[in-house]
Amino acid sequence: MSKSHRVIYTPESRLRHPIQLFREMGQDLLASRELAWRLLVRDISAQYRQSLFGFVWAFLPPIVTAIGLVLAKNVGAVNIAETDIPYPAYVIFSMTMWQTFTEALNGPISALSLAKPMLAKINFPKEAIILSQLGQLFFNFGIKLFLIVGLFIWFHVPVGWTVFLAPVALVHLIVFGTFIGLFLSPISVLYGDISKALPLILTPWLLITPVIFPVPTSGLFATIVNLNPVTPLLVTIRELAIGLPLSNSAGFWIASAIGWVGLILAWIFYRLTMPFIVERISS
Amino acid sequence: MTFATSDKNMFDQGKDDREVLVRAEGVSKKFCRSLKKSLWYGLQDIGSELVGRKYEHELRPDEFWSVKDVSFELRRGECLGLIGRNGAGKSTLLRMLNGLIKPDRGSIEMQGRVGALIALGTGFNPILTGRENIYVNGSVLGLSKAEIDEKIEEIIEFAGIDGFIDSPVQGYSSGMQVRLGFAVATALSPDVLILDEVLAVGDAAFRNKCYRRIANVRKNAAVIFVSHNMEQVARICDKTLVMSVGEVAFLGNLDQGIAVYDRLNDDGEEQDESFLSLHPPLTYFQAQLSHDVLSSGSPLNIQFSIESCDFLEDFLLRINFYDISGAFAADCNFFARDHKIPPLSGTSHWDVSLSSIPLKNGLYWISFSVIDREGDIVVWSHKQQKIKIVDAYPGANANCQLQLGHWLT
Repeated sequence: MSKSHRVIYTPESRLRHPIQLFREMGQDLLASRELAWRLLVRDISAQYRQSLFGFVWAFLPPIVTAIGLVLAKNVGAVNIAETDIPYPAYVIFSMTMWQTFTEALNGPISALSLAKPMLAKINFPKEAIILSQLGQLFFNFGIKLFLIVGLFIWFHVPVGWTVFLAPVALVHLIVFGTFIGLFLSPISVLYGDISKALPLILTPWLLITPVIFPVPTSGLFATIVNLNPVTPLLVTIRELAIGLPLSNSAGFWIASAIGWVGLILAWIFYRLTMPFIVERISS
Repeated sequence: MTFATSDKNMFDQGKDDREVLVRAEGVSKKFCRSLKKSLWYGLQDIGSELVGRKYEHELRPDEFWSVKDVSFELRRGECLGLIGRNGAGKSTLLRMLNGLIKPDRGSIEMQGRVGALIALGTGFNPILTGRENIYVNGSVLGLSKAEIDEKIEEIIEFAGIDGFIDSPVQGYSSGMQVRLGFAVATALSPDVLILDEVLAVGDAAFRNKCYRRIANVRKNAAVIFVSHNMEQVARICDKTLVMSVGEVAFLGNLDQGIAVYDRLNDDGEEQDESFLSLHPPLTYFQAQLSHDVLSSGSPLNIQFSIESCDFLEDFLLRINFYDISGAFAADCNFFARDHKIPPLSGTSHWDVSLSSIPLKNGLYWISFSVIDREGDIVVWSHKQQKIKIVDAYPGANANCQLQLGHWLT
């Protein structure tokens, strides 16, 4: 790590000098821009260099899931209410958003796991790993965007001017996912339980989010779905994209606030815990 | 004649004016033996950090001090050799100096840009080409894109892998990968340079390039060099910090430091590699030295007793000296006919005198062999004798210490 000033390392907790801590965090974030870009270019190049079909894999999963669900719905195997836009478009759009959320959540965890050799040996701004992973997330989403645009055209889905606000709402969703992932990531380096538990949590979570079904209107299930913080985020993105009036803007702002505040806290947590994590991984 | 302090001190005039770039005071670090406890203690430490609680850092069950109470200062232009046996705590100390882990006690102050050659090729992705990996690795080490662009030709040239720079790294041999990693690291112009056993690889030509490069960096920086190769340490460093079981065993000049390290490495278990190999016509061979301890440059007498059941003429007497690490220190070969030695038959006694043993201080093993005219070894007494040489200049590097004829004014 290159620092052109004086640094003092002591066993004291860095929370005792919060101003210095915030200054360091800001400096490291700036310093990590270039490295994050390098890592991003490295990972994307390596991934696509080794693949024949490259981009196709990025948007195949939602399509396959959607086909499965559409067939199931049409034969009556699952009982799903009518959606605002044609069901295949609804499902693919919502699945894509959901997958962006899970990728944002898993991102920091898998990024730290992959970067273990680097972490153990060299001192570099660790924000770079997280930023690089976010970059990959946006890149992958960019590819999926083509799919969504094509879908909307195919199904003649009407869009209003609010579609340009949809990406902003998407950012809030990503922030929410990243906050959870960032918070879990340091401990996940030590204990493998976290990576094992995540799929067990995410799958039921999908089922209480209006991804494959529209927002339920009554009953206990509706209450649960509406308490789910991802719901207002997802629903708002969808409504902005299609041009519908926002049904739950209060919920959206609350969930966003939780996401952003949580992200800052998770960043501080990440910052404070990383040296202890680095100590315990083998070099 | 011995010197108590490093002769380099005599020439250092403005030494105290140079700025201190590295200062460690009472640095200590705990380590846990058991993995499960280690992870749990990690969580406990995180807890204390988050609460901001003052934590006394005593030893918990299964913990021990891997680094204890290390203090030293390093100024610009100095090179510190950090030596010690495996497990002495050197790498842990380096990781603390590098800011990777926090000390449990004490403090570390680092001034300026720190460059660490601790792991070469970090961040390499084997699928990408060498050129692309230069940018990745350089970025991880802290170089900006502008700096790498400026030095890229120099880096490629230093690595010496011209034709392959645009091929995927997975096709490189391990030596090539190391050279590429080192070449990128040489583009750093740090204020403090930390080298952790990275000069162990590469061929001699490459290592020479590295020495020159380090000597260059050294003019404007402080260097900390970790190695088990005392020749390299002697070549690059001017002071040493010897660590033993986490504590400082010695901090001071180079020669004494190396002597302390050698003593630490001497288990007391002498490896017995000696043997006597006798072939017909010889049936008995015995050599006796005149001295167990000899002053460097003095003569040595050897008495030989040999029995032979048949004639042996036109033979060669060879004497080899080996140093403690097993390397050749000196040898000599004498043809019997040049010295009018009669052919061997029955019992013979030889009185051989070597006019001078100009070796540096240390313990040496001696081998004797007699070789017949066909080149077959008739007798080989390997490392059955040893001799201790003293009184040579303590800071000597080479085994062979030239003797002075005269020095007049």
